[in-house]
Amino acid sequence: MLRIVLGGVVLIALLIFSLGTALVVGLQGRGLAALSGADWSAVKFTLWQASLSAGLSIVMAIPVARALARQSFPGRQALITLLGAPFILPVIVGVLGLLAVFGRAGWISSALDWAGFAKLSIYGAPGVVLAHVFFNLPLVTRLLLQAWTAIPAERFRVAESLGASPWAYFRLIEGPMLRATAPGAFLLVFLLCLTSFVVALAVGGGPRGTTIELAIYQAFRLDFDLGKAASLALVQFTICGAVSLLAFIVPLPQTNGLGLDRVPQRLDGPRHRLWDGFWIFGAGAFLVLPLGAVLLRGLRHMLEVPPQILTASLTSLTIAIVSTALCLAMALSLSLAFARRGSLARSLAEATGILGLASSPLVVGTGLFVLIFPYAQPMNFALSITAAVNAMMALPFALRVLMPAVQETYGDYLHLRMSLGMGSWIWITRILGPRLRRPIGFSAGLAAALSMGDLGVIALFADPDLQTLPLMLYRLMGAYRMDQAAATAVVLVVQSLFLFWMFDRGGRGHATIG
Amino acid sequence: MLQLDRLLYQQDGFSLTADLQIASGDRVAVIGPSGGGKSTLLNGIAGFLVPREGQVLWNGKPMPDHPGERPLSILFQDHNLFPHLTVLDNVAIGLRPDMRLSAFQKAQAISALDQVGLGDKAMAHPRDLSGGQKGRAGLARALLRQRPILLLDEPFAALGPALKDEMLELTRQIVHQAGITALMVTHDPQDALNFAQYAILVIDGRAQAPAPIGPLFDHPPPALQAYLGRRAP
Repeated sequence: MLRIVLGGVVLIALLIFSLGTALVVGLQGRGLAALSGADWSAVKFTLWQASLSAGLSIVMAIPVARALARQSFPGRQALITLLGAPFILPVIVGVLGLLAVFGRAGWISSALDWAGFAKLSIYGAPGVVLAHVFFNLPLVTRLLLQAWTAIPAERFRVAESLGASPWAYFRLIEGPMLRATAPGAFLLVFLLCLTSFVVALAVGGGPRGTTIELAIYQAFRLDFDLGKAASLALVQFTICGAVSLLAFIVPLPQTNGLGLDRVPQRLDGPRHRLWDGFWIFGAGAFLVLPLGAVLLRGLRHMLEVPPQILTASLTSLTIAIVSTALCLAMALSLSLAFARRGSLARSLAEATGILGLASSPLVVGTGLFVLIFPYAQPMNFALSITAAVNAMMALPFALRVLMPAVQETYGDYLHLRMSLGMGSWIWITRILGPRLRRPIGFSAGLAAALSMGDLGVIALFADPDLQTLPLMLYRLMGAYRMDQAAATAVVLVVQSLFLFWMFDRGGRGHATIG
Repeated sequence: MLQLDRLLYQQDGFSLTADLQIASGDRVAVIGPSGGGKSTLLNGIAGFLVPREGQVLWNGKPMPDHPGERPLSILFQDHNLFPHLTVLDNVAIGLRPDMRLSAFQKAQAISALDQVGLGDKAMAHPRDLSGGQKGRAGLARALLRQRPILLLDEPFAALGPALKDEMLELTRQIVHQAGITALMVTHDPQDALNFAQYAILVIDGRAQAPAPIGPLFDHPPPALQAYLGRRAP
């Protein structure tokens, strides 16, 4: 009973946070009339960049995933693990790294300049798409690789023994697999790019590089036009809502990382070695170089970090821990409440997860601002609001890890529990707890790292005195103090990865749990 | 004649040796404990594994490296059929993996389906077939390919006893009529007796030369006796 009440409370809280804030925003806004031509081009640009980023990520992830699926080479497992890194990497650090390689003062521009060509400029549309591909190509690669390794080995052998040509191979095995996975992956990346804010904030802007999220932020912080921000937020909410409805038709892929460590046993590996090597090397370089550039530069200038970094670190850490606790509490309540209910309740819980994925932090932030403004100074609540919104943003990912684990435990052991007459306390402490320890640790690590790197609501609410690490990094970048920015990035990355590692490690424990 | 000439396979710290001959048209059971190397032997003959030493010969000539060019068909326990293709297409890819069939080839595929009693299921998808019917579809493909060797890797192990016997008998007939040389991995001594004339015992990474199956089971050597326990048929 308690489970259901808790689950219900969380569900209602989530609905208020997502739909409620949207409603407030809708009432506050001056409708679509408040939107200028520039705002509409932001809407168009948002859809365009999300489609292009998702399309490019998938088109490029296919050869990379296929290469990883059929080649075995030293460092393969390390590369696959590294593909998981961009997901928990603070976005602003990734952007800083991309600028170090592709920016005006970056390596490629320097080389072009030396050779007498024009320098690259990635500010605006190219930068937004480049950064989105940087963050999502690894994600899609892992999704596809998982689908690839899930294909029974016998299928490849049948095709092989029939003497199938590469094209027949594709039609027999890989085509059907991609038809089943690619649309969901596209939708997921499309959603992520739709609500991505930091990338647009850092490299976007201008008439051909402003997303709706950025436009909301600008209306809020630069024009102080709350009504316009609200109207934009309404548009953003509508688009995200419509796209998430699609997620019911095209299911989003599951990301549990199973089977990624399987060593490939494919006969066609040697035939494609050169082509596959090209993609593996290319993807590896695309991933490693930007990060390496930032970290190297940061380490060289480590002593130049501004003294405020201590307070900023502490603030970020506090937000991350509060937000992790909140996220876990919500995810556990929802999982326990709905895991055993009928399929209707389950899809409701799933819908809540998608809601979290589709809600934009800035829409929620705007809504909360509107709600609080008449009664108090919203800036005073910046930290708690940030922690809450971060928890909500991490919730879909935590749910995806926890819900199946809870379902599996109940499915495997519920009958045993009933036949043994096992009480709730024993059940929770001796069975459920140990079984869930690993997924809890992993999702806590995700939530902490995501919150650590977040630069969404905090940018909307923060006054100049308030510093988190990502905010500080962004401000240093804005002031073109790139050495100090890189040094701050090192601190931020170390802190994020440490939090993730600590929680994940804690979940693994010392004993091996079946 | 199928000749395994001083073969050595190595895979993940496991090794298998085989040096033996099988006459054309013989039906041979491959028996032995789990992990002994039965599937490794089949995968080696099929060309999925590259031998460290030795070679596989058919009628005195080394087999081509590529599995698709070897004179054989292979049937697994599961996943023989592609779920998105119709039964007819699943069988027809035995002739043309790219599914560009001439009218004559299509008629051949349908006749193969008729022979295994699946003529009315040509347009069905694998998900609509029972376990036995899936096995039949796999057989039809092997039949259509007309390759002189058939490798069977515990193809009917998941079926019930009566159905399994029926499928073994059907396979035996088909193989016999077409003069196909057949190797079947099995865990069940009774299946081996029902299907095969000879048995290859694979134990501790060594495939022994085929021996007539009746006498072998009547007077099992110690290693086979230990494997069979008191279940000798």
